[in-house]
Amino acid sequence: MKNYVILIAYEPWDWSTATEEQRAAFFAQHGAFSEFIDAHGKQVASAALDDTDTATTVRHVNGEVVVTDGPFAETAEMIGGYYEVELPDLDTAIEAVALLPPSYSLEIRPVIAVR
Amino acid sequence: MSEDALVRVVREEWGRLVALLLARYRRLDLVEDALGDAVEAAARAWPADGVPANPAGWLNTAASRRVLDRLRAEAMQQRRAPLLVTEVERRSGGTAVMVDPGGLVEDDVLRLVLMCTHPALGAEAAAALALRLVLGVSTHDVARLFLVPEPTMAARITRAKKKIVSAGIPLAVPGADALPERLDAVAQIAYLAFTAGYAPGSGSDLLRADLAGEAVRLVRVVLDERPGEPVLVALLALMLLQHSRRDARVGADGDLVLLGEQDHTLWHHDEIEEGLALLRSLGDAHVLGATAAGYLLQARIAAEHVIVGNAAQTRWHRIVDHYDALLRLAPSPAAELARAVALAEAAGPDAGLAALDRIQLPGSHRLAAVRAELLVRTGRLDEARVAYGEAIARCRNEAELEHLRRRRAGLAEDESTATCP
Repeated sequence: MKNYVILIAYEPWDWSTATEEQRAAFFAQHGAFSEFIDAHGKQVASAALDDTDTATTVRHVNGEVVVTDGPFAETAEMIGGYYEVELPDLDTAIEAVALLPPSYSLEIRPVIAVR
Repeated sequence: MSEDALVRVVREEWGRLVALLLARYRRLDLVEDALGDAVEAAARAWPADGVPANPAGWLNTAASRRVLDRLRAEAMQQRRAPLLVTEVERRSGGTAVMVDPGGLVEDDVLRLVLMCTHPALGAEAAAALALRLVLGVSTHDVARLFLVPEPTMAARITRAKKKIVSAGIPLAVPGADALPERLDAVAQIAYLAFTAGYAPGSGSDLLRADLAGEAVRLVRVVLDERPGEPVLVALLALMLLQHSRRDARVGADGDLVLLGEQDHTLWHHDEIEEGLALLRSLGDAHVLGATAAGYLLQARIAAEHVIVGNAAQTRWHRIVDHYDALLRLAPSPAAELARAVALAEAAGPDAGLAALDRIQLPGSHRLAAVRAELLVRTGRLDEARVAYGEAIARCRNEAELEHLRRRRAGLAEDESTATCP
């Protein structure tokens, strides 16, 4: 079994404008994903993140800690959440993330075991 | 004698041996070297001891010993490298077993091909890896095929192998719902390797056409495991019909010989026959998936060029029809351009020029080069000269540049004889 972090990116939109059907579809898609994970491996952790306009970036610049408003990179898409899962292989992980809402772009990153 | 036997077993059994060793030891970083060492050992032992009764089994045993030696040495140093995910592990729900029964699985080579051509790998890296691991083509030759320096190719292959292990790309056949797409990917990767062999480059293009033949072999290997698979049958037909003309494509002086001027006795007629038979076995494009249908239509176009005795007999209207069908399936500027060329042959240069006006191919010299040729045919030499200039300014390939310059120079002579009698 391998651990993967699944990074979820999407173009920001206003959840409060979502219709009942849209909300139900989102929950159903995340539900189907979780069921698939439980059937093939296990879920380690997950979180949904607040919008990037609430993000704070911290960097060391010339030995000073510099705090700036905003995310790492200004892109059309933002990281909106993640799952950490344990699955047999990449094919299973691809099959799993394909169940998530189609508006997402998904990045699958293997987790390095630090011994 | 023993040398021939070794060359043959390496050529025919390399992929199967790699697949077997990977399934058993799951160490992508060790298997290739171990097998290479085993081949070297055979080259020393077989001339003296005679060819063993089971040459592949001999190599398998020798390579296994090498892998075990390395594993023992690592155990002494307490180092453990990451392991490849295999089907056995997937099916058993993740209990990490170090050694699986190692029995011959029916589709072992298919699993290896699917691993090498996984869409999570870059297409060129996947093609290189498949040639290396499935067919045993040397890194030196793979580098030649793709026109990159050998160290660059070696690094590309190493990076792909590392990704397979760390990302968990399995040595496995996916479920029936995912398999068709993966077989399409196998076909696309094989065709990429094939066309790389025909990409104009410096040096001996003849040798690179031979390397394109390795891509044909890759398709045959997969077809052995999936007989009759339409996308592979269509691709093999396309490859054979194009590849059959390889010896006629290059003239005595190393120049490219265009289709209409090729010596037909240099064509490989057995390959043409096989390609045409494969085409007949496929039936209609409508019943095929998009990728297979695309190869089928391209193969039919290639077939039109080889079934006639000379260029004048070519049924250009049928070729235009095939391009129309291809464009409905997968619109691309390159296919539009090829269609315009066929249309010029079928309906005259003015029709071809009108078709060219609708094509957008930014940065490419080909559009301007074709326009120049067609303008010459309509007698608009001044405009042709300008178009040749445009093509020459954009062209980056020496052989093609030479051709374009010669054409433009020839144009000036025509005009001078016309204006100064």
